[in-house]
Amino acid sequence: MAEVAAPQGPVATGETLLSVRDLGKTFDVSAPFLNRVLQGQPRVHLTAVDDVSFDIPRGSTFSLVGESGCGKSTVARLVVGLYRPSQGRVEFEGTDLARIQTRRQMAPLRRKWAMIFQDPYASLNPRWRVADIVAEPIRYHGLLSGGQAIRTRVGELLELVGLSALDGEKYPHEFSGGQRQRISIARALASEPDFIVCDEPTSALDVSVQAQILNLMKRLQRELGLTYLFISHDLAVVYHISDYVGVMYLGRLVEWSDARLLFSNPRHPYTRMLLDAIPDLEMSGRARTPVGGEVPSPIAPPAGCHFNPRCPFADERCRSETPMALKVGVGEVRCHAVEEGRLPEPESA
Amino acid sequence: MSVVSSLPGRRGADMLRRAWDSDIAYSFRQSKVTMVAAAVTLVYFVFALFAPWIAPHDPYDLSSVSLMDSFMPPVWEEGGDPRFLLGSDDQGRGILSTIIYGSRISLAVGFASVIFAAVLGVTLGLIAGYAGGAVDAFIMRVAEVQLSFPAILIALLIDGVARGVLGNEAQGDIAYFVIILSIGLSFWVQYARTVRGSCMVEKNKEYVQAARVIGVRPALVVFRHVLPNVLGPVLVIATITLALAIITEATLSFLGVGVPPTSPSLGTMIRIGNDFLFSGEWWITIFPGVALAVLVLAVNLLGDWLRDALNPKLR
Repeated sequence: MAEVAAPQGPVATGETLLSVRDLGKTFDVSAPFLNRVLQGQPRVHLTAVDDVSFDIPRGSTFSLVGESGCGKSTVARLVVGLYRPSQGRVEFEGTDLARIQTRRQMAPLRRKWAMIFQDPYASLNPRWRVADIVAEPIRYHGLLSGGQAIRTRVGELLELVGLSALDGEKYPHEFSGGQRQRISIARALASEPDFIVCDEPTSALDVSVQAQILNLMKRLQRELGLTYLFISHDLAVVYHISDYVGVMYLGRLVEWSDARLLFSNPRHPYTRMLLDAIPDLEMSGRARTPVGGEVPSPIAPPAGCHFNPRCPFADERCRSETPMALKVGVGEVRCHAVEEGRLPEPESA
Repeated sequence: MSVVSSLPGRRGADMLRRAWDSDIAYSFRQSKVTMVAAAVTLVYFVFALFAPWIAPHDPYDLSSVSLMDSFMPPVWEEGGDPRFLLGSDDQGRGILSTIIYGSRISLAVGFASVIFAAVLGVTLGLIAGYAGGAVDAFIMRVAEVQLSFPAILIALLIDGVARGVLGNEAQGDIAYFVIILSIGLSFWVQYARTVRGSCMVEKNKEYVQAARVIGVRPALVVFRHVLPNVLGPVLVIATITLALAIITEATLSFLGVGVPPTSPSLGTMIRIGNDFLFSGEWWITIFPGVALAVLVLAVNLLGDWLRDALNPKLR
């Protein structure tokens, strides 16, 4: 295997802000109790996230990519505490979140992170004025007291994301998708968080608006020193914004690395297939390997490496033994072929 | 749920303007039937609210009632008395006055029981929908069991139990509460089922998750985020069950288990009149019957219109 260059680019200070270790989440998707008893159906479990580990240095952007249903949104929800992990742990600034029992102890941590959602039409309460939506974190955490102070702060936040302070009086339905996403960002910034989880924040937007929102997010990161966990299935967007990229497949993190390295020198066969599928002017006319096959059902994933039915390099070992994470440069790869060094060098290196 | 109270005065006229231009107001102006129904309902409301000033005399005040005036026919019939426009009943109470006072009781009991049923049903529906699992299953099974009994049967049952427990002496004072309770308890299921359904949709929306990310307590999430977004259908059910509640109250009173006979409601009057229908005193039962039918029809038409106006698929 080729040697890997030292990480470049990230403005990270080296300190780890968020650390995810062996994270797993299983959902019970069984039929209702009566159906199970009457029709003799067994309990059915879906493993949405399986043994995922990664670190995010302060001030950097870590992206998770993958096909629909690969568990990337579940990771996002686990990280912000919307779901409880079935196994593993999430550490934020060195604190294990699972050890925190009460809501009161959790509150000072909760104001340090925020989440931006995918659908700007569903993520703002349609019955609330924008000012109330943006002010909710401020009020809930008791960061400011007095109506005037909160109003001023909300105005500042709205102007920070490129809206007018007067927009606070309006209702969400009076705004376009891009403007709504700006409101979501303003709300996310309201508690002055260090860490923002972005669950496909641009995939519901027009391409031109996507670029505006991404540039806004990058500018805010520079100015406020934010750390992002960025969930997306759009590799072009990910390339634009990320310092690190992790690739997920059927609940497992198959590869993560420095963003430039991952795009220039992908290791895992799945990552190569994904990158091959990006439409690209330079590549037009050239034959490309299509991503073959369907994603298997996450309820009954294939044994061994989950990717083996679609992988051109799969052998007997891949079909029986789950690959372990292998340290490669800054990142990690889970692939027997990479470990054994029997993978050909990618064409577009 | 406007917590920001920065509404300058200029908003008042603004909001009136917008209310007039809104879809609902437009659909109201387009429907003549609805406007008539609204006018009729409004007349009943005014009569009910200002009964002491509108009614020719107070039929509940025993000192103003004389047995000498009993069984007077309506004023246009032979032997009619101008003091009793629509005639009088067996106690000498004017039918018109009793209708005005009676619709006051009908509306008050109807509203109170609808509010009671709505609060109970919406609360249980929200709990069931948001909590899910065993709590949801329990509440919904109770609701389904209750749904398999006719509402009037449940009302009769609760009324009977309350009377048995409290005895007949206390009946006069608490009769109203018992009847409101029994009607309310027999109508909560529809609210609970509707709200549960909407709640299950809303709780998975991202704005609810956004509130949970901040750490807002579940009770507050439900109250401040979910509740305002499930109230639309509740309003429609409330209007339709208002008509049902008025009929149920009349039915209970007709069966003699409703409001005390000293303060007759429309249902009581119909029952009293029923005894004299075959002896020729038709007005005692017919006029309250017509008044009840018109009120229920008007409220029902309003409810139907509201249901259609709020249904986005019919716009």
